[in-house]
Amino acid sequence: MPNKSSRVIAGPGEDAGILDIGDNQAVVFKAESHNHPSAVEPYQGAATGVGGIIRDIFSMGAQPIALLNSLKFGPLKNGQTKHLVNEVVAGIGGYGNCIGLPTVGGEISFESCYEHNPLVNAMCVGILNNTDFKHGTASGDKNLIVYVGAKTGRDGIHGATFASDEFTDTNNKQRSAVQVGNPFIEKLLMDACVEIIEKHSEWILGIQDMGAAGLVSSTAEMASKAGSGLVLNLDKVPQRETEMTAYEMMLSESQERMVLCVKPEYVENVLDFFRNFELDAVVIGQVTTDNRQYKIYHHDELVTDIPVDSLTEDVPEYDRPEKQPQRMIDDKNYHFVPEITSLKDTWMKMITRPNIASKKHFYQTYDSQVKANTLVRPGGDAGVVRIQGTKKAIAMTNDSNSKYVYLNPFVGGQITVMEAARNIVASGGLPIGVTDCLNYGNPENPEAFWELDKSVEGIATACEVLDTPVISGNVSLYNEYNDVAIYPSPMIGMVGLIEDIETLTTSAFKAADDLIYVIGQTADDFNGSELQMEQLGQLKGNLRDLDLKKEKLHLDIVRQAINQNLLASCHDLSEGGLAIALSKSAFENDLGFTVKTELSAAQMFSETQSRFLVSVKPENQGSFEKLVQEEFELLGRVTNNQQFTVTTRDTTFSLDEKLVKNDWKEAISCLMM
Amino acid sequence: MKFAVVNFPGSNCDMDLYYAIKNGIKQEVELVDYRALSLEGFDGVLIPGGFSYGDYLRSGAIAAHVPIVKEIIRFADEGKLVLGICNGFQILTELGLLPGALIPNEKSRFICENVDLKVINNQTIFTRDYQASEIINIPVAHGEGRYYCDEATLMELKQNDQIVFQYQENINGSIDQIAGITNKQKNVLGMMPHPERALEKILGSDDGLKLFQSIINYQRVNN
Repeated sequence: MPNKSSRVIAGPGEDAGILDIGDNQAVVFKAESHNHPSAVEPYQGAATGVGGIIRDIFSMGAQPIALLNSLKFGPLKNGQTKHLVNEVVAGIGGYGNCIGLPTVGGEISFESCYEHNPLVNAMCVGILNNTDFKHGTASGDKNLIVYVGAKTGRDGIHGATFASDEFTDTNNKQRSAVQVGNPFIEKLLMDACVEIIEKHSEWILGIQDMGAAGLVSSTAEMASKAGSGLVLNLDKVPQRETEMTAYEMMLSESQERMVLCVKPEYVENVLDFFRNFELDAVVIGQVTTDNRQYKIYHHDELVTDIPVDSLTEDVPEYDRPEKQPQRMIDDKNYHFVPEITSLKDTWMKMITRPNIASKKHFYQTYDSQVKANTLVRPGGDAGVVRIQGTKKAIAMTNDSNSKYVYLNPFVGGQITVMEAARNIVASGGLPIGVTDCLNYGNPENPEAFWELDKSVEGIATACEVLDTPVISGNVSLYNEYNDVAIYPSPMIGMVGLIEDIETLTTSAFKAADDLIYVIGQTADDFNGSELQMEQLGQLKGNLRDLDLKKEKLHLDIVRQAINQNLLASCHDLSEGGLAIALSKSAFENDLGFTVKTELSAAQMFSETQSRFLVSVKPENQGSFEKLVQEEFELLGRVTNNQQFTVTTRDTTFSLDEKLVKNDWKEAISCLMM
Repeated sequence: MKFAVVNFPGSNCDMDLYYAIKNGIKQEVELVDYRALSLEGFDGVLIPGGFSYGDYLRSGAIAAHVPIVKEIIRFADEGKLVLGICNGFQILTELGLLPGALIPNEKSRFICENVDLKVINNQTIFTRDYQASEIINIPVAHGEGRYYCDEATLMELKQNDQIVFQYQENINGSIDQIAGITNKQKNVLGMMPHPERALEKILGSDDGLKLFQSIINYQRVNN
């Protein structure tokens, strides 16, 4: 994956990546999966996923400003899936709402392959004001290791290894491996860490979250990065339970804990500082430089003495056998041909498909406005949060379309990145960087490894074209149930910079008589589409190659049009194609549209890539068409009669906006009953 | 005017309220720690939203026992201005400065939404810049915002014009669609919706601005 650009301050290998956004500020972000914990204990699994990713951001010294998430479940058909969905959503909301960070975007989709192995990916974005701060290292002889935050208990022991195990009917009950979250403690910890780094960075040399594999991985990583050794005394560790062994303490994944490396002369300041926030803060060890050993004492006994690098650097590398999945060879020349007898009926059916219908039922349980900086709330193409005291804003999105990746991992990987880019650009942002969660099946299976390999290659090629380095990320493997893998499901978290909030653009049509255009040509792209799932009930066929040059050209044109203030609205075309994009753009302001096109009825649902739906004020028609030049079609106009009137080359119909909107809005609530 | 924003452990709208005063109505404002013992020198006390002490018990129940609350009670008893928003409203009912209680939403789910409110009493310090019966759009974000009181208390609230805001659509099952009330003396206001999140059109609404302007305009007229 590309990980360089003129903006990169820190890339992979840190708790989170950092990108320069000018004016001595930087944006910090990362995404992380919490799939297996959420399958076993959905509320706490999802909640601690959010808590963990927030710590990754503030351990870099950044003030978290927003959260996003990407969720995948089985179809909303049985009580168990509905329970999972309800609890995961409640866990995400419970943590984010309590700690006081707005959840501004995300996605939820439903496919059979996720029924027993849901995907829960969470992303956090922060702003760093102290770009000089050096984080995450434990260096310098006699410097002290300070433990801050919640007490250590027996929860989450083996959480990381459990997360990399497969689910089967007989192996699905490792409840003790799931951690329990306390967002209140994390709120105190977050405020304290951000403040100490902003105001007293001279006191500390490093700071790191205790995440997967708890004390052992956090302290070993800190020492390894600094090239030093470490001595820890476990008797000092604040403990929630009695009689814990050294093994349990070192591997506990109790939440809301941080380790700091502190200069001895400032240690009292640091301890007092955290105690003022009513947090536990104790010295548990010391940096050593005479040798590079990792030593642990417990009850005055040396219980561990091994080289630091053996824990962090000398990691095994695997080169697994790989093989193209048989389905790709068998279905190489298959093309799904949809049948539309009534465009009106198909339109209504498609608008209520769970992957397309409004997800408000879920996201309205997330506080999306706390901190009073949210410019675009969930439901739009990208979430947008302004940076207080500047004209800038950050656009952010989480995207994945595993159906495409399943049919063609390489092209699907590219599409995932480009869809994220279209969401950012449609909001008025310049894509500047990417984080990812790579969710796959068992890599020991050659077909699964091939999917992983090719889709990563696809992601990398697309990121190179966009100049969006992948600055952080996470891999989740062994997502299987009874040996059946999920679709290969890379999730792209993309961040964009809006230099001036005046150029902020949303997907909603604004006024009657505005002209509606589609940018990009529409072809018969039905393999992997929602229409294929609706009519065929399964995924089949190959994907066309993605023309990255054309994609980039369209992204650039839309950016220029937005910067020249030529667009009244802009919407990325994705699942369900033109029909769905037109409908969604009309809903927010209860407007209608009259559209006449040479496309066929079926093509209204085609999912051809590299397209945007835009609306333009009549007085800007000339400038807009001159800028775009080719590859656009004038579809019609926005109306205020609340009617969707569509004429394709083979049919014509009219629908009441209120009716369509009502079905779109209520579909999920009805399924969740 | 000089305002105190009281910061409880777990408050998370403290800075929103701070900026509402500083940038929204350009008045003096200070964050006051929950361990402070005095509110001397302030003209108004603001209790922000959030999850004080995690709200693992009843919302606001633990916050009602920290050192600063004695001083908040004194402040209110002296007829000075106290405004509690969301968790602040919950804390004020726990303190007994406002009648009734806030219980889990009817549908037992957190709800974040921009909702229409009706200004029922525009004769208070907090609402004099609104028209009577004006409909305003203000965000809510709460899991325990369903206002409850017994019949006798409701009668009293009505008789004394203590009901200040009502939801147009009853989003959480509140009795009489109540979104905000004052005490009898009308110097203490508690409300679940967040006016501090509705000060700029770009954030979706600036209908909350008049609430803060009412306060300073009242002060101006009465000094």
